[in-house]
Amino acid sequence: MAAMLFVKEGAGENLVVRGARVLDPAQGIDATIDVRVDNGVITALGTDLDTNSHRVVDADGLVVAPAFVDPHVHLRTPGREDEETIASGTAAAAAGGYCAILAMPNTDPVVDSAASLRSLVDTARRDAEIPVGFLAAITKQQGGAELTEMGELADAGAAGFSDDGVPVTSPGLMRRALQYGSVMRRRIALHCEEPTLSRGGQMHEGAVSAELGFTGYPSVAESVMVERDLALAAYEGQPLHLLHLSAWESVQALRRARQAGIEATGEVTPHHLCLTDEAVRSLDPNVKMNPPLRSESDRAALIEALKDGTVTCIATDHAPHARHEKDVPFEAAPFGVTGLETAFAALYTHLVEPGIVPLATVLERMSTGPARAYGLDEPRIAVGAAASLVVLDLQASYRIDEQAFRSRSVNSWLLGATVKGRVRATVAAGRLVYAA
Amino acid sequence: MGDIHVMREDLRPPEPPARRHFISIRDVGRDDLERLLATARTFERSLEREVKKLPTLKGRLVINVFYESSTRTSSSFELAAKRLSADTMSIKSSGSSVDKGESLKDTALTLGAYDPDVIVIRHPQIGAPQLVARVTDAHVVNAGDGKHQHPTQALLDLYAIKQELGRIDGLHVAIVGDVLHSRVARSLVQALALMGAHVTLVAPPALLPREIEAMGCETTTDISAIAGADVVYVLRMQRERMQEGANYVPSLREYTAKWGVTPERLRPGQKVMHPGPMNRGVEIDPRVADHADALIETQVRAGLVTRMAVLYDLLVGAPAPVPVGDPVEVA
Repeated sequence: MAAMLFVKEGAGENLVVRGARVLDPAQGIDATIDVRVDNGVITALGTDLDTNSHRVVDADGLVVAPAFVDPHVHLRTPGREDEETIASGTAAAAAGGYCAILAMPNTDPVVDSAASLRSLVDTARRDAEIPVGFLAAITKQQGGAELTEMGELADAGAAGFSDDGVPVTSPGLMRRALQYGSVMRRRIALHCEEPTLSRGGQMHEGAVSAELGFTGYPSVAESVMVERDLALAAYEGQPLHLLHLSAWESVQALRRARQAGIEATGEVTPHHLCLTDEAVRSLDPNVKMNPPLRSESDRAALIEALKDGTVTCIATDHAPHARHEKDVPFEAAPFGVTGLETAFAALYTHLVEPGIVPLATVLERMSTGPARAYGLDEPRIAVGAAASLVVLDLQASYRIDEQAFRSRSVNSWLLGATVKGRVRATVAAGRLVYAA
Repeated sequence: MGDIHVMREDLRPPEPPARRHFISIRDVGRDDLERLLATARTFERSLEREVKKLPTLKGRLVINVFYESSTRTSSSFELAAKRLSADTMSIKSSGSSVDKGESLKDTALTLGAYDPDVIVIRHPQIGAPQLVARVTDAHVVNAGDGKHQHPTQALLDLYAIKQELGRIDGLHVAIVGDVLHSRVARSLVQALALMGAHVTLVAPPALLPREIEAMGCETTTDISAIAGADVVYVLRMQRERMQEGANYVPSLREYTAKWGVTPERLRPGQKVMHPGPMNRGVEIDPRVADHADALIETQVRAGLVTRMAVLYDLLVGAPAPVPVGDPVEVA
């Protein structure tokens, strides 16, 4: 299989991470031990490891876990390099504790040909701070009419296929995509939205939209497409991945499908796990995204699905927008919020610290889960594995300031918020890419 | 100064507390509404005098910014400011830099540079008044933002109801029509609920927002429900929102047949209100519109005094600005 992740050249690190609580849920490790890395590969786990002349990361009182994998990022390149570039997006990801990210193809132009994909791969090999993969479009120009040349795209390095941003509205074409995509053994990732039900929708349809006067984007606009796509996947016996699930009905459908043996995976975002439509009362354009923030019962269902393993991935759906485009009335603002640099802190503050979700679950769903869904190498803390580690300070409490962002955009729903849980260092594919 | 009378003591409105903006009924309490209605009442009495101008806001600047067409609201805000001796400026989106693509933020910053005391804004997008409040130091009055709120309309409607029926508490008000697209309905439901009225929304299913009952009202699709109300408030059927193929209702003709407010559907003595502009023969039968029980002109008159009350409440109630350069005493 062709390579799916690309990063700039760099020598593997020699370092010893000393005194941390090492937590790798997938390996069943939870112990206070040292981790030694030679030339970017984990060579020893144990107490009082010899440091030789290695760089020492004093992690006393900190947590070390497998670094994160974000399966859903918008790098805005090509076309909107003012909002994000491969360099700035991967730097932001490094600061967020990520060792790999996947970028969506809804750029300008859309990544729907091997030529445009190769150009991104070349740029990533020159600029990417951490390994980055690129999904290619399912349909040409994401127009929903003609399949892209998936074979050539897979050979050129596509990590999967998605028309994210818009749904594949035609059931017939969706079926063809599942059939043909199976040949390439790449995930088909679906943005589930029935446009005739969501048309004009600005926020979740419910008591808050009724009061604020916004056109509602009902849960059922998502769940009818989830049900359709799961039915097609079952009929064709093909796997699929469901992007940014937001509604109770959607995770119910995914749970039933998985129990029935359909190879379907799903992702949820930190903002859908932490916020509800009540947040829209602020009319802050930084809580406007697609799919929208939903009700408390939807949020509870997403959390439950994350805990019981129905949903195996946390994805940021990092969607940078230019400042002037968000500095408008809520109704005129584009959908989307950033998330790479705040995901762990958001989840730690809203879910882990209050005792709603165990730390190990959050770590696993931010790392192993997404890697597995796309068939990427799983970050592991094990002798012989490439070092992909995140060092976390669970005690650090701080304010989210726009000056601190490495992303080119600052449309974060957490601006000005005080959060707990800070990334102190990130090792991605053997290289120390971030240290604070 | 010859044309300006000092306000008589008995006409002086009650002392309001300091408040920044008037953007949504959700931000105010019953006390606030009662105070504004009382203030409006004192202004009504002052307008009965031969010289109608009061010196209260002399030297203050009120800027009206209208991004949507309006007759009643823009004219009454302008007159309200003038009656209180404020300087006024009116900006309309057409013929201004908005035509050249200037953003709302930049327009607000430009107008803010004149140090206005109040910016009155009407805008087709929800959240526009909040943005203006964020980027200027002016008090912001929402004169209608998209489908969200039209709080001064609610206030004038309360005033008209109280004037005609003597009370609001305990009344039953039926609001009929296109609730979905109506900022008037949303503001009014909240205001009536705050004042202790019982509200029933009557509309075709697709024009009743899901879960709107959470705002403190009942809903029904049955037009016969209006017969039980003290006041029947008819909403404008917004033709411009009834785009082809939306299918909220099959046709305006069918809407009128099923939900039009006609004499046959009313009982004698019920008061009928409409925020204007009316579509006679669509949501309201002309015989109803012209009947003595229709309060439509009362509403228009109430618009002036209630908007005077809002301007007064924000400006006279606000803390006096600290003059620049004055020594600040440190305790």
